[in-house]
Amino acid sequence: MGRITLKNVSKTFGEAKVIPSIDLEINDGEFVVFVGPSGCGKSTLLRLIAGLEDVSGGQILIDGKDYTNNAPAERGLAMVFQSYALYPHMTVRNNIAFPLKMAKMDKAAIDKKVTDAARVLNLTDYLERRPSQLSGGQRQRVAIGRAIVREPSAFLFDEPLSNLDAALRGTMRLEITDLHHQLKTTMVYVTHDQIEAMTMADKIVVLNRGNIEQVGSPLELYRSPRNLFVAGFIGSPKMNLIEGAYAQSKGAKTAGIRPEHLLLSKDSGLWTGTVTVAEHLGADTFLHANVDGIGLITARCDGEFGVTYGDRIYLTPDEGKLHRFDGRGLAIGNAGLAA
Amino acid sequence: MATQNTKTLARLMMAPSVLLLLVWMIVPLAMTLWFSFQNYNLLDPSSDGFTGFFNYEYFYTDPAFFQSVWNTLVLVGGVLLITVIGGIAIALLLDQPIFGQGIVRILVISPFFVMPPVAALIWKNMIMHPGYGVLADISKFFGLQPVDWFASYPLFSIVVIVAWQWLPFATLILLTALQSLDGEQKEAAEMDGANFINRFIYLTLPHMSRAITVVILIQTIFLLGVYAEILVTTNGGPGYASTNLAYLIYRVALLNYDAGGAAAGGIIAVILANIVAIFLMRAVGKNLDR
Repeated sequence: MGRITLKNVSKTFGEAKVIPSIDLEINDGEFVVFVGPSGCGKSTLLRLIAGLEDVSGGQILIDGKDYTNNAPAERGLAMVFQSYALYPHMTVRNNIAFPLKMAKMDKAAIDKKVTDAARVLNLTDYLERRPSQLSGGQRQRVAIGRAIVREPSAFLFDEPLSNLDAALRGTMRLEITDLHHQLKTTMVYVTHDQIEAMTMADKIVVLNRGNIEQVGSPLELYRSPRNLFVAGFIGSPKMNLIEGAYAQSKGAKTAGIRPEHLLLSKDSGLWTGTVTVAEHLGADTFLHANVDGIGLITARCDGEFGVTYGDRIYLTPDEGKLHRFDGRGLAIGNAGLAA
Repeated sequence: MATQNTKTLARLMMAPSVLLLLVWMIVPLAMTLWFSFQNYNLLDPSSDGFTGFFNYEYFYTDPAFFQSVWNTLVLVGGVLLITVIGGIAIALLLDQPIFGQGIVRILVISPFFVMPPVAALIWKNMIMHPGYGVLADISKFFGLQPVDWFASYPLFSIVVIVAWQWLPFATLILLTALQSLDGEQKEAAEMDGANFINRFIYLTLPHMSRAITVVILIQTIFLLGVYAEILVTTNGGPGYASTNLAYLIYRVALLNYDAGGAAAGGIIAVILANIVAIFLMRAVGKNLDR
């Protein structure tokens, strides 16, 4: 079991209020991702749950029991750190066995668990090596192995993939998701990368300046962002945010249209613009166009749509998928939900 | 081919400095070796010439020889024990966030700036003196008989003085090692359920092993030749109780004006230092090439 409940949790460092007050419910078996720009307090929140930082106020409940003032080891949680934090002088085997050794488990049981974990994580051939003799991805797996053997009620991941190269990151993303399906244990995952959040999460918590902006499934956040911040943060490339006459004609301060909801044409359309940059990704092309009377707009189109720098194009927004925001940046209605 | 040229060039460029160092080292050693086989007494210039191993025999059969070798080892071992254990303890304390951290650290380092004879004199006259030393005052306060440290425990007293001087060095090196310990590793160990003692044994100590090795090796080099502290405090006495090899050489050479005998003693000291070095490298040297 691993149901984590945060009640009015706050954290201040000296004068700085990093987290004003947060309420959050993480259900058993859920994969929850905290996402937000750097300095938004997402890592601090994770460390509060882990017990590595003391809360300034509020309560942390795990399975309904108050663990606010318990030491990290007593909470039954396991953490995977950004730097992996492997013990450099120990072999992979001893690294994975360390938490069990600290729990004073007998040797045969430790051996069995380490062997099992190594098999799951493809580390069997590397058990006698030191961390310095492993690649980044293998170190990452050792760190996960060290977390798995404890059979924690929840895993905490602190930006675990940010030190890996792009290709490996993709693979590890799949491996961690797969692991979650196998273990069915609660996972709390911190990242600044919205792609990781979208691809892995059951539930995304978008944080900004220590406040929760929105909580929801990846597609909920994509379809109906509650405010401008979430709208700009979720989705890649970013949503186009348009102010001025066009937005006013739709009864909003700001209108938002995702690049993939713009219809492009070489002959006719609502808006006209000049291509400034065309990023060809193969299947897709991201066009950055300077649209007359509106400004810079990003649009996503088919990879075969042949335009280059300086070409004139016509763009038509799919108005059924238009997002409207009022003067305070909050969404008006939920245009996206209809889709 | 290019690599070959680079190598040759590199060797050529390094040759002058290597040659200089070699000459610097070899000439004094060769001269010492040469003198050690000569009959060379400053008071008696008439009797000179080759004497074979007589000087070695003379030094070896000195009644103080074995005791001085033993004293040298006790001195080195004792000081190492105190400085390494004490250094780790103080480094652990200094690593904690405290008020006035910078000043405290400078204060802890300061004994290292005091010259050895000065330090020894301060200890002799102001701390360990049976009449007006601080330790005597403390004894009297408790109604005890003051201890005459240099008469009763001469070697121990010198170990204490030398350890006091080298403790800051050990602390400094070990503190920097401690500060380079990755914070996330400590936190990981905390999450893994390791308490303070376990974190120290399984994480901190292995992390510091290289620094400890450096402390041991460097200190051993200097401690084998401790001399000034003995000269100004006990003069090697009472009897030969606090005479180490370096001090015995001084006694033989300067007090008897026997350059040949002293040279032989020097060579014996070099051999002893090498034996100690071999044992040390065997014991702790593997920590360096990690």
